Amino acid sequence: MGPELRSWKEPHRLVLIAIGIGIIVFAAVNMRWDWLPRYSGRLVEGVGTTLWLLFLTSALGFLLAVPLGLAQAAGPFWLSGPARAFCTVIRGTPLLLQLWMLYYGLGSLFAYWPEIRESWAWPYLRSAWPYGVLALTLSFAGYEGEVMRGAFAGVPKGELEAARAYGMSPLTAFRRIWLPRAIHRALPTLAGETVLQLKATPLVATITVVDVYAIISRVRQDTYLTYEPLLLLALIYMMLTGVLVLAFRWLEAKVPVKSS
Amino acid sequence: MSSPHSAAGTSARQSAPAVQVADLHKTFGELEVLKGVSLTAKTGDVVAIIGGSGSGKSTMLRCINMLELPTRGAISIKGETIDMQPDGRGGLRPSNTRQLQRIRTRLAMVFQSFNLWQHMTVLGNIIEAPVHVMGVPRDEAIARAEKLLERVGLSDKRDVYPAFLSGGQQQRAAIARALAVEPEVMLFDEPTSALDPELVGEVLAVIADLAREGRTMLLVTHEMKFAREVANHVVFLAGGVIEEEGPPDIIYSAPKSERLQKFLATVQ
Repeated sequence: MGPELRSWKEPHRLVLIAIGIGIIVFAAVNMRWDWLPRYSGRLVEGVGTTLWLLFLTSALGFLLAVPLGLAQAAGPFWLSGPARAFCTVIRGTPLLLQLWMLYYGLGSLFAYWPEIRESWAWPYLRSAWPYGVLALTLSFAGYEGEVMRGAFAGVPKGELEAARAYGMSPLTAFRRIWLPRAIHRALPTLAGETVLQLKATPLVATITVVDVYAIISRVRQDTYLTYEPLLLLALIYMMLTGVLVLAFRWLEAKVPVKSS
Repeated sequence: MSSPHSAAGTSARQSAPAVQVADLHKTFGELEVLKGVSLTAKTGDVVAIIGGSGSGKSTMLRCINMLELPTRGAISIKGETIDMQPDGRGGLRPSNTRQLQRIRTRLAMVFQSFNLWQHMTVLGNIIEAPVHVMGVPRDEAIARAEKLLERVGLSDKRDVYPAFLSGGQQQRAAIARALAVEPEVMLFDEPTSALDPELVGEVLAVIADLAREGRTMLLVTHEMKFAREVANHVVFLAGGVIEEEGPPDIIYSAPKSERLQKFLATVQ
C-alpha cells in the first residue's frame, strides 16, 4: 500500500488542509490582488514559456544524455574521456555562469563576424532565447549523462547476454533491452532532476527571456508590491512541480517494481 | 564439379549433426579452461554435461552460441560452421555477424539466473525474439506464446513482470521464451542451480517433458539423477577435457576413469 493510496481524511492531513485554506483566505482578504486581471494574460504566456523551455531543454538534454551516458559506461577511452570531462565541467560550475558565458561571451563574439551578422541566423543569434535553451539543455545533459552512465552500467549483464543469445544485433539489443531498461532504472532520478530543471528555468530571465519569473518581476516593478507577486509565483511553481511529479509517477507505474 | 548448392549438399546438411564442437580451446588470461573439447550431438540427442565446478562445462556451452569466444576450434550447427577469424590477440572472433545472429536464433539458451528482461511482462519476454529478431507477426507470436505459457503452466502469469514471479516460475517463463524461437537446439546452462530446492522439481518436469518429445538439448547440470533419467548421452568434463563419455547407464554404473568415480562418489 503506497502512501499515495492513503486517504486525505487522516487527522494530520485535515489539519494541513485547514492551515492551507486559512493562508489562502488570509492572503485573499488582507493582501492586494487588484493587479492580477491586468497581468493574467501575460502570466499565462509566461507559464507557457517556462513550460516550453522546460520540455524543450529536458527533451534535448536527455537526447544528449543518452550518448553521454553510453560513452562513459561502455565507450572507448577517446569517447568516455570527453564525455566524462563534459559532465564534470557542467556539474562543477554554476548554471548561471554557463548561461552568462554563452550569452554575454559567445553571443557577443558572434557580433564581430560580419558574415554572421549578415546571415539568416543573425536574428536568432541576436536574441536571448537560443542561449537560454542551449545553456539549460547542456546543463540537463551534463547531469543526466551522469545518471544514464549509472543506469546503463547497472543493467544486469545477463539480460544483455540473453539479448545476444537470442540473435539480436547490437542495435536491436540497445533499442529493445539496454536503453528501455536503463531509462526504467533512471526514472525516479530523472523525475527529481526534471523538477530541479523547472526551478532552474527562471535564470533565463537574467538574459531577458520573458518567462513567468520575468513577468512577476515586472509586476513587482510596476506595482511596488513584494509579497503578493512572489506568493503567486511560488504557488505557480508548486503546481507545476506537482503536475510533473504526478506525470512521472504515472510513467513509473507502467512497469511496476517489486518493493520488498 | 558439382556446385555447393546441389542436392548432395542439402542431404548432407540434413544428416549433419545438430551440434558439432571440434577441438575447442578457451583461455582466460593465463588460465586454460578448455583444452581441446570435441563433441557431437545428433538431432534428437539429449546430452548431459557434468563435471565439478571449474571443469569448463558452462564455458563450453557458452562457446556454442559464442557468448564466450573460443580461443581455438570450430562450432557447427546442422552442418553450418560458424565463420571465425583471428582476433589479432591470439584468439578468434566471429567474422560474419549476420550468420552468427541467424544461427543464434536457432539455438535457444536457458540461463542459470533466468535473465528474463525485467522491463517486459512474461508475454513480452516470450514474443520479443520472434517479433523483433525473426519478424514473426505480432498476433501470431502472441497466439504461439499463449500455447507455450499453457505448456509450462504459466497461463495466469501472462501479464506479470518477472520480478513478481518465484524463481521456478521465472525459469519456466525463460523456457517458454526459448521455445518461442522454435529452436533446433536448446542449451541449458545449469537451469536449476539458482533455485530453492523446493522449486527445482517444477523446472525439471518441464525439461523432462521437452526431452521426451525428442528435442535436441545440451544440458549442463548438477542434477545427477535427472541427467541419468533424461539424457541419452553423458559427457564428463574434468580439467578442461572430456574425461569420459557414453550412455548414462554405463557412465553412472560403470565409470572407468578414476576422476569420474571420485566425482560421482562426492555428488551422490
